[in-house]
Amino acid sequence: MKKAFDVVVAGAGPAGIAAAVTAAAQHRRVALVDDNQRPGGQIWRSGASLPRPARVWLSRLEASAVEHLSGTRIFDHPAPGVLCAEWNETAMELHYEKLVFATGARELFLPFPGWTLPNVMGAGGLDAMVRGGLPVAGKRVVVAGTGPLLLAVAAHLAARGAKIVAICEQAPFARLAKFAAQMSRYPGKLLQGLAYRLAARHSRLYCGCWPISASGSTALESLTLRQGNRTWSVACDYLACGFHLVPNLELAELLGCRIQDGFVAVDDLQQTSVANVYCAGEPTGIGGVEMALVEGQIAGLAASGSAEAARKLIPQRRRMLGFVDALRRTCALNPELRRPAADTTLVCRCEDVPFGTLREHTSWRDAKLHTRCGMGPCQGRICGAAAEFLFGWGPDAVRPPIFPALVSSLAAESTNPNKSMEDA
Amino acid sequence: MPDPARSITLTVNGTMVRVQPGTTVAAAILIAGGYTRTSVSGEPRAPLCGMGICFECRASIGGKLHQRSCQILCTQGMDVRTP
Amino acid sequence: MSETWDVVVLGAGIVGAACARACSLRGLRTAVVESGAIGGGATAAGMGHIVVMDDSEPQLALTRYSQQLWMALSDRLPPQAEFESCGTLWVAADEEEMQEVRRKQRVYASLGVATEILDSRALREAEPHLRPEMAGALLVSSDAVLYPPCAAAWLLEEAIHFGAKLYAPRTVVSASAGHVRLDGGTELTAEHIVVACGADSVRLIPELPLRKRKGHLVITDRYPGLVRHQLVELGYLKSAHSLTTDSVAFNAQPRRTGQILIGSSRQYGAEHTAVDHAILKAMLARAQLYLPALGACSAIRVWTGFRAATPDKLPLIGPWPADETLFLATGHEGLGITTSLGTGRLVADALSGAATEIPLEPYLPVRGPIEHSSSTHPAAGGLHA
Ligand SMILES: Cc1cc2nc3c(=O)[nH]c(=O)nc-3n(C[C@H](O)[C@H](O)[C@H](O)COP(=O)(O)OP(=O)(O)OC[C@H]3O[C@@H](n4cnc5c(N)ncnc54)[C@H](O)[C@@H]3O)c2cc1C
Ligand SMILES: Cc1cc2nc3c(=O)[nH]c(=O)nc-3n(C[C@H](O)[C@H](O)[C@H](O)COP(=O)(O)OP(=O)(O)OC[C@H]3O[C@@H](n4cnc5c(N)ncnc54)[C@H](O)[C@@H]3O)c2cc1C
Ligand code: FES
Repeated sequence: MKKAFDVVVAGAGPAGIAAAVTAAAQHRRVALVDDNQRPGGQIWRSGASLPRPARVWLSRLEASAVEHLSGTRIFDHPAPGVLCAEWNETAMELHYEKLVFATGARELFLPFPGWTLPNVMGAGGLDAMVRGGLPVAGKRVVVAGTGPLLLAVAAHLAARGAKIVAICEQAPFARLAKFAAQMSRYPGKLLQGLAYRLAARHSRLYCGCWPISASGSTALESLTLRQGNRTWSVACDYLACGFHLVPNLELAELLGCRIQDGFVAVDDLQQTSVANVYCAGEPTGIGGVEMALVEGQIAGLAASGSAEAARKLIPQRRRMLGFVDALRRTCALNPELRRPAADTTLVCRCEDVPFGTLREHTSWRDAKLHTRCGMGPCQGRICGAAAEFLFGWGPDAVRPPIFPALVSSLAAESTNPNKSMEDA
Repeated sequence: MPDPARSITLTVNGTMVRVQPGTTVAAAILIAGGYTRTSVSGEPRAPLCGMGICFECRASIGGKLHQRSCQILCTQGMDVRTP
Repeated sequence: MSETWDVVVLGAGIVGAACARACSLRGLRTAVVESGAIGGGATAAGMGHIVVMDDSEPQLALTRYSQQLWMALSDRLPPQAEFESCGTLWVAADEEEMQEVRRKQRVYASLGVATEILDSRALREAEPHLRPEMAGALLVSSDAVLYPPCAAAWLLEEAIHFGAKLYAPRTVVSASAGHVRLDGGTELTAEHIVVACGADSVRLIPELPLRKRKGHLVITDRYPGLVRHQLVELGYLKSAHSLTTDSVAFNAQPRRTGQILIGSSRQYGAEHTAVDHAILKAMLARAQLYLPALGACSAIRVWTGFRAATPDKLPLIGPWPADETLFLATGHEGLGITTSLGTGRLVADALSGAATEIPLEPYLPVRGPIEHSSSTHPAAGGLHA
């Protein structure tokens, strides 16, 4: 199946929605492509109890002429102007004049004994499961990791009736306090933060604290937490644990976009180093929803030839860059977080490769070749980021397919023998 | 508010489960009291990321192996199997 | 600083590792130099099919010799080497190809390789997912598969156990007249320098008649039981494959994990590691033609690798006339995983002055033209991964 558009937007989170709606308002033929069945990305995915901006943008999307290709996963970029995607086991070729990719971020998971037990999930992970219908009323939940996401998740789960046993933030209190003070420069966010704190006020917030082991027979039953020299155990039904976010860069790398300090390099108009390709949202820097929305609008305007209008939004984006920086500094990981992993702790969950086996290797490629680490279906998305933190190993080059795809879909790919894939 | 009139019925390993529209298959599997897969060394596993990247929620859905159940919504009469 | 060795092996791919193991087992003082990960070159890209091939008599001799060495070693290989005696099924699409099956059986029998001819029904029972119209197949039960990087790492570990020393990660900058210079200035002196740098051997000896021949492979998620033997098409009679242009062939391998490894392609003149979409598509279309069920399997990774190809498709094993301290062990094209053990033994025997167990002459770097076993099928066997 072949479809052609003026603008293809990859990723239907806040950034992608804003880009698509904005470009469509400029009378461009726009497709909005997302792996998920529902628009909204990591934060606006479920319809229930959404904040006002979410309702506004989702209804704009609905009212727009944007063709929303949901449940559609992009897995390859065989030539400039073409993406390959899979929808319902069918291969699809998407042709574009301009591409905006807004592929968001994923959580960073760090291994510790017991982290593979059922009901140990990401912070955003449990949140997403609950949005997807998992009931948590009356369940005892520990929220752990780092970043403002923890408070957001705790607030949401508490609102759904969960009992928040503890919120464990790895960053020290002083850093959080400083961050909170800086947030006053971003009014929307301060209110948000306060609201979360209030909603979760029946629970305890521990700073400089993290889980060091989880146990249970077939699922999580209890957790051991550490704060400084103190360790103690708590009984719980769920652990929601994520150590901030890492950008999804697979598509960016496949496209050949320049990556700088771990993020996609863009100019003021969100243009990447590749002609006709724009990027918005988390891949350019972890900045939250408001930043994603501004970047999405700039990219949407720029991709539809309205550079003038796009420029008007640049100051708004610039003001938020400070937040990106503050967030990064606040969430910087304590090197002590490397310690909980024991030799028998699995790092690669797809292939069950333990920490002790990996430790004998010298690079990600070496470890991959000899232990199968990162060779499973997640293609190293989980263990690769963990290994980077644990061992300082850099990732491998990205190769198609960037998500597993059916053999029949790969066989159906565009045969345009364009030499676009050659590295310059 | 759950609305019984709009609920969807599916089977997880042969057992009937009733869920609200918009429920993911991953959530239905947990509601049914199971886990999603057995790892290569035999551990039970359940969803981790909830967003389609960790592949821990793989299950057989409608006879198709290795489907990421967190990215798929329940439909009436769906047949879900986990090892 | 200079260290002196009997043998310095350049490269720790599976060939270099096998040479180092055989030399140190023979009591030769051996060093190995590797610039990257152990088995991280063509060895990491290869399919790991241990296969007897009859493209030419010398090829048959070396593959059979090597396959027997692998069998003898199989009990001792570590589990991560994933050695599996699954056998090969050479699949014949029609009656014309069945004649080739019978010819192949006679050739294999001449070397004592037991084979079995499966008719259409027997083939369906052996591999229920193959397209049912297939005419039959030749079953070679003694063939096997393994996971090459771990096999190479184990061979090297053995070498080290027998006294070899590994220099890694170190790059050989030059090698001549008994001297090996490494990056960082270390110099090794050796009576014999075994050049086992795969396709990169030309960087050290530009005159070598080696060309890179690119290949693509695809691996699926786990579908235990979908494929039971290494499946290879015999279809060269009809497809106009040649030695000079790009070609694809059906090749599917069951891994111990239940994953299926799908090959294969051959391209000359493609120096870049990027996936070539046209070739990938052609290769997978061909695979689905033989094994329609593959279409619904989830592919989790695609990669490419380079075979070091010689004009007559036989490896270069022996002293390099221009500098007799250099002993070549390269040019193994699409069979180096298989022939690594045979190569190692030939090298160790030759360097220690012992008689080789099969004649070395056909593989000497300077040699006459060879005769292909079946002149009407110039690509015979060339369709293998
Ligand atoms: C649980 C949770 C709560 C949060 N709460 C807050 C908050 O209160 N305030 C705040 O400011 N921020 C919050 N955040 C952060 C917020 O989610 C992000 O800042 C925001 O979603 C970024 O938007 P985005 O559009 O860049 O990416 P995302 O929302 O991550 O969207 C990216 C989309 O792209 C899709 N995608 C990626 N690759 C492909 C592909 N190859 N093919 C098809 N689709 C693909 C993904 O499925 C996803 O839907 C929260 C995050 C989480 C996880
Ligand atoms: C797609 C594909 C499928 C294949 N399938 C099969 C199969 O099924 N069965 C089979 O038998 N064979 C197969 N082969 C062939 C097989 O992979 C190769 O023949 C074999 O791996 C060659 O091993 P090698 O040790 O000679 O080369 P390599 O593995 O390339 O090793 C050479 C080593 O030398 C090192 N090196 C190079 N230059 C230097 C230097 N200057 N200093 C230090 N170190 C250096 C490199 O880092 C490398 O590790 C396949 C090949 C391909 C590409
Ligand atoms: S829970 Fe991670 S992919 Fe579904």
